[in-house]
Amino acid sequence: MSARPRIRWFRFSSPPAFHALVDRLVPWLWGGAALLAVAGLYVGFFVAPPDYQQGNSYRIMFLHVPTAWMGMFLYLLMAIYAIIHLAWRVRLADVMARSLAPTGALMTALALWTGSLWGAPTWGTYWVWDARLTSSLILLFLFLGYLALHAAATDREKGGRAASLLAIVGVVNVPIIYFSVKWWNTLHQGMSVTATDAPSMAPSMFAALLLMTLACWLYAAAIGLRRAQVEALERSADAGWVRRVMLGETDAGTGQHDGDPGSAVLERGRH
Amino acid sequence: MWDGIGDFLAMGGHGPWVWGSYGAALVLFLAEVLLLARRRQRVYRMIRRRARAAGMSGPSMNEGGGA
Repeated sequence: MSARPRIRWFRFSSPPAFHALVDRLVPWLWGGAALLAVAGLYVGFFVAPPDYQQGNSYRIMFLHVPTAWMGMFLYLLMAIYAIIHLAWRVRLADVMARSLAPTGALMTALALWTGSLWGAPTWGTYWVWDARLTSSLILLFLFLGYLALHAAATDREKGGRAASLLAIVGVVNVPIIYFSVKWWNTLHQGMSVTATDAPSMAPSMFAALLLMTLACWLYAAAIGLRRAQVEALERSADAGWVRRVMLGETDAGTGQHDGDPGSAVLERGRH
Repeated sequence: MWDGIGDFLAMGGHGPWVWGSYGAALVLFLAEVLLLARRRQRVYRMIRRRARAAGMSGPSMNEGGGA
């Protein structure tokens, strides 16, 4: 047991270490996302057979389901970072939450858009105000509201705290979306994949769905981490660590000291 | 499985819905990536500019600023 390597996770809450970690991870995440997307699209369009009821329109599922899952997952993750931000005043947590929101909004918007285009040939309508569709639309508004709050306040600290609070309150919406097809009568079909039952679709369909879901995951991780990195740089552009990692300047060369307050700015909001 | 490119694009009559979905995804993902890349470049430029400015007015400027 003692041989288990210990990863010092807290190291990565230090801004320079986080910066370096993102630079190391992101190329792999992009590569993985691209490979999985190509594989998923290949299986989804050239291996998986047409659906016996819906024909080929069901292929929208390979985009619709992963983006819908990703939207909910990113919201939960954003809310967790919002809690860390408010409870311990960790600014890097606010950076993370803020960096996930645009991608969460994009995923949710795509889920709504593709759902609408899937609904048209399948249900005969683009939109109904039923539980799942309405709560998904609310999820999109929560992401946009979070971003608006963040941007609206003149004081970034205050805006960030208000936005975090909204993110936490809005989290009740996620289980509502997820279970809406069980709790209410709805036009939306039931869960395609559950943790307990075998998938109710052909193996090739399931494989395509899985590949596309993983691709979405890696894409969101790559873009979320990169955005967090840029956001952190932007927020502390004058900090000593930023110049050191970006320009390769040494402490001696710039007259900065290692313990300069700039490097602590991101970690703790309390002064 | 498909009878040529036309058959593939037609998607058994569901082409507009299927390609409308995947097309929107392609556009939005590309837009997000490009916008973020631009923002990143902007931030990098800003940091270099500020480092130069700080270096010029600072007391211990001896080795040629940043960029």
